Amino acid sequence: MVPLENYLVLSAIMFSLGVYGVLTRRNAVLILMSVELMLNAVSLNFVAFASYLDPSKIIGAVFAVFVITVAAAEVGLALAIIIRLYRNRSTANVDEVATLKW
Amino acid sequence: MSGWDTVGPQLAVLVAAGLVLLVDAMLPRQRQALPYIALAGLAASAAWTASWVGRDDFHTAFGGTLSLDQYAVFFYFVFAGITAAVVLASIDWVNRAGRSQGEYYALVLVACSGLMFLSAARDLITIFLALELSSIPQYILAGWGKDQKSSEAGLKYLLLGSIASALLLYGMALLYGLTGTTILPDIAQVIQQGGDTNRGLLVVAMVLLIAGFGFKMAIVPFQMWVPDVYQGAPTPVTAFLSVGSKAAGFAVIMRIFFEALGASFLSDDWFKIFAVLAAVSMTLGNVMAIVQSDIKRMLGYSSIAQAGNFLVGVAAIAVPGHEFTLGASAVLLFVAAYAFTNLGAFIAIIAISQKIGSDEIKDYRGMWRRSPFLALALAFCLVSLTGIPPTVGFWAKMYIFNAAIRADLAWLVILGVLNAAISAYYYLGVVRQMFLSEPEDEEPIRTTPPIGISIAVATAGIFVFGVIPMPLITAAKDAVQIFAH
Repeated sequence: MVPLENYLVLSAIMFSLGVYGVLTRRNAVLILMSVELMLNAVSLNFVAFASYLDPSKIIGAVFAVFVITVAAAEVGLALAIIIRLYRNRSTANVDEVATLKW
Repeated sequence: MSGWDTVGPQLAVLVAAGLVLLVDAMLPRQRQALPYIALAGLAASAAWTASWVGRDDFHTAFGGTLSLDQYAVFFYFVFAGITAAVVLASIDWVNRAGRSQGEYYALVLVACSGLMFLSAARDLITIFLALELSSIPQYILAGWGKDQKSSEAGLKYLLLGSIASALLLYGMALLYGLTGTTILPDIAQVIQQGGDTNRGLLVVAMVLLIAGFGFKMAIVPFQMWVPDVYQGAPTPVTAFLSVGSKAAGFAVIMRIFFEALGASFLSDDWFKIFAVLAAVSMTLGNVMAIVQSDIKRMLGYSSIAQAGNFLVGVAAIAVPGHEFTLGASAVLLFVAAYAFTNLGAFIAIIAISQKIGSDEIKDYRGMWRRSPFLALALAFCLVSLTGIPPTVGFWAKMYIFNAAIRADLAWLVILGVLNAAISAYYYLGVVRQMFLSEPEDEEPIRTTPPIGISIAVATAGIFVFGVIPMPLITAAKDAVQIFAH
């Protein structure tokens, strides 16, 4: 059986890639994809912990299902806002969307 | 099924949200009734909550995921009050915007129910869901305005908010992995049994949790969204964000850190983290607020500084060997005081900016001549934010600093007092503009009844609790009794 550490390391790598993407990408859609990568890393963590450590084996899986659902809602909303901005400005680049100074 | 009565306040708010949508769709001519349906739902929710005051058969429900206790009751009242004020203050703005009125009020109500769930949740899954239930409507509302600034505020709030959620979830995953459960008191039990073998990982999980909730509470270094979103979002929404989501952030973080991470070898670590974050938030927020020319942006930075004041209380909770409930009750008092004060200030700004069409502080010159009522109300709120008597803001600051001194955090108190002096400079600067400068335009500003009523209630609250603070202090002390063990 694959040891738990492998899952945790994979998840940590995915999460770090997500953070890297968030910090370096300038396109709002790509930032969103990086956030998704972070959330998926977390789901992987939950499922791995559930099957290795939790005697009931279910709580982590339930948590993962909720994470996936909420992430889908957030992506839907984010894309709607991005489309709206794109219609106004013809760009999805977060550096150009800066009427307000950071 | 038992347990449904424990979510009565949330159900009342959600039913009102559904009704608002239905009436908007089926009876378009009755649109002007929408805000009053929302207010009726909030009143029902508050009445349901009021029926629990003084009871002591508090319990948990839904498999221990929600708890009904004085702490939750205190926050139910706070959130119902905040939302009612925001609904009243939104009426004019929503009427002028014209479109999708039902959706606006429904989203505000759904966000309110999320905040209520957040203050009662005692399980990590429930906390996460409640957080998203309150956040997602707020993302939509921040982007509600037609102008580009508002869409931009919505996008920034959403992207940074989902990054914060991811960090929070990673912390929750670690906590779950270390303890095998998501119920807060069970987590505390497992940690207690395990001793400090996993201390390193627990600290990592704690830092991730603070990062996730720190975003909601708007503390440094998770504050970068605040000024932009506060400035870009429609002003009624800004009022809601600045008070509602901040109060909920503190409600949930105190519950998590008390009930799950209260073990003494951990609280030694987290009180230091909170003390440092408090110092940084207060100082940075105040220094940045001085140079702002937009009043919403200035209040954004000032709300970061105020979050620092809250954190002084949270840090004071954890110092070992001291009276535990003192800091917690000071934070709750501050939450209530801040709700009255900041809502009053924002609603006055809504009324003024609707007329003059500007949020620049220089356009507030001579406001005293144009509308004595609004100028006095706004000045009174700013005085309360500074912490000068006879306002409730004074007592809130005094209790926070008192708790910090008892917890031997004298350095933090000295810094807090210095910061209060800095904040007086920019808060009273606005007051000076309003009272001592000549107006460029003499045209009087009239307020509509809903806005007038909500400002009057907020300022009356600031004054009454500023003169007779005991009822509020007693309520706060009762609410934190659950942490007394």
